[in-house]
Amino acid sequence: MDLYLILFYFFAIITLVSAFFVVTTRNVIYAAFNLMLTLFGVAGFYVLLGADFIAIVQLIVYVGGILILLIFGVMLTNKITDTDIKSGFLNRVPGLLIVGTFAGILIGTLLKSTWRIAAPLPPPVAGLVGIGNLLMTEYTLIFEILGAVLLIALIGAASIARKQSN
Amino acid sequence: MIYDSLIELLKWLSITGPAASAIAAFINSIFPVVFIIPFALFAVYLERKVSAHMQDRLGPMRVGWHGWLQSFADILKLIQKEDVVPAQADRWLFNIAPVLAFVGSYAAFAAIPFTSTYVGSGIDLGIIFIVAISSLVVASLLMAGWASNNKYSLLGAMRSAAQIISYEIPTVVVILTLLCVTGTLSLYQLSENQTGNIFNWMIFGGYSGGWQKFALIPFMLVGMVILFISTLAEVNRTPFDIPEAESELVAGYHTEYTGMKFAMFFLAEYANMFAVSAIVSALFFGGYQSPFGYVGKLLGISWLVPFEQLFWFTMKGMFFVFVQMWLRWTLPRLRVDQLMNMCWKYLIPISIANFLIVAFLMAL
Repeated sequence: MDLYLILFYFFAIITLVSAFFVVTTRNVIYAAFNLMLTLFGVAGFYVLLGADFIAIVQLIVYVGGILILLIFGVMLTNKITDTDIKSGFLNRVPGLLIVGTFAGILIGTLLKSTWRIAAPLPPPVAGLVGIGNLLMTEYTLIFEILGAVLLIALIGAASIARKQSN
Repeated sequence: MIYDSLIELLKWLSITGPAASAIAAFINSIFPVVFIIPFALFAVYLERKVSAHMQDRLGPMRVGWHGWLQSFADILKLIQKEDVVPAQADRWLFNIAPVLAFVGSYAAFAAIPFTSTYVGSGIDLGIIFIVAISSLVVASLLMAGWASNNKYSLLGAMRSAAQIISYEIPTVVVILTLLCVTGTLSLYQLSENQTGNIFNWMIFGGYSGGWQKFALIPFMLVGMVILFISTLAEVNRTPFDIPEAESELVAGYHTEYTGMKFAMFFLAEYANMFAVSAIVSALFFGGYQSPFGYVGKLLGISWLVPFEQLFWFTMKGMFFVFVQMWLRWTLPRLRVDQLMNMCWKYLIPISIANFLIVAFLMAL
């Protein structure tokens, strides 16, 4: 078997198994650490697709930022205060319905769509340089707007966290 | 590149295809561990000797000449220790955390070039990869702190996570500054370019030439100092060691660990110290390049050059490790609020200003 395929299945198994545990485990900390594995698996897929930069950004933003903050928040509240954070099951019937429909649609499209495996792939964007050029030429407006949104979020967070002065 | 020679060697042994690349990749990834373990043994000994001499003591003197076998004796002792898992601890996470800590610090070595013939992975984004993978270390510290079910461990883990995340920002800004000047994020490419002599190192304005080279020197110096301070904070060394402050938190996140699991954390810490030193030297001090020419090139013996490069790489790394020890035994520990002030009110604004000035200079 091809090394590429072996690696693909390795990452696929990691992603699927850990994602399964994220939703089924009752311990929030376990869910968070399993989510880390899931995000790692997805980063592995990006690497296999030749998108190194996206994989690294995935690690920095999701594992290094969001996930650490999440664990941080759970740790600050769980076990220190008396309330235990446990995840359980709620609204079984509507939940099952929605998930079932969505899964049906996804599996249906997967099976019905024709995969153009032999079709020539578009030339890959050359990593960092390509992304940088695109951001500064074609997508400048989006880039700027995103920057502004992030700035607003930062200022908002700072003003919420600030001590109220009378 | 060693990887290519390994493939050639395997082809000679009539192993080809995916098996060959798997075996070659595996052997290729083993090399840093062969380097790290002796380094860690030596660094532990050095740390004890440096601290002792700074405090007018002798340090370990009994095992071997001037105690040079002390680290081996320590390892033997650690192997024999009972493996204690606290009754109320979370067994799974408690056992995984030390492994994850070492995996995180070892993965960083994939992007560090040891010589011009050896770098673990030829990834273009080397330095950013190191920043990304170091988040694994944060996760492992949080895991260890939470799983120990001990308030000192938990407090240590929280402090360390807050510290590492904050100090990542000045690190990344300094890296951006360098990207502005060099146009590459690959540590290998960067080290290759700083060849020639000592004045081609980034600390002396880099290899580009022109008048910018001289104008850049003071800003490179500022960048180097900021990078050194913030990476020092990222490896939790004094004066930034509040996560494991002995006098307040016993030992922080590894309070509950004994025997080999404790040794894993220790190994990860020393591997991190060296990785950080190697990054500082690769970014600003030429990486594996010799400050003057190579004896191998002078005599026409080309196989000598990689060994010389390994020598210089180790020497530069050891020098910065020594500076870290020197600081540890000279400076008092920062308070939590001082630590955060230092990062958010001094390092980040200074590094951003530095970045803007360098960008302006390069655009001229």
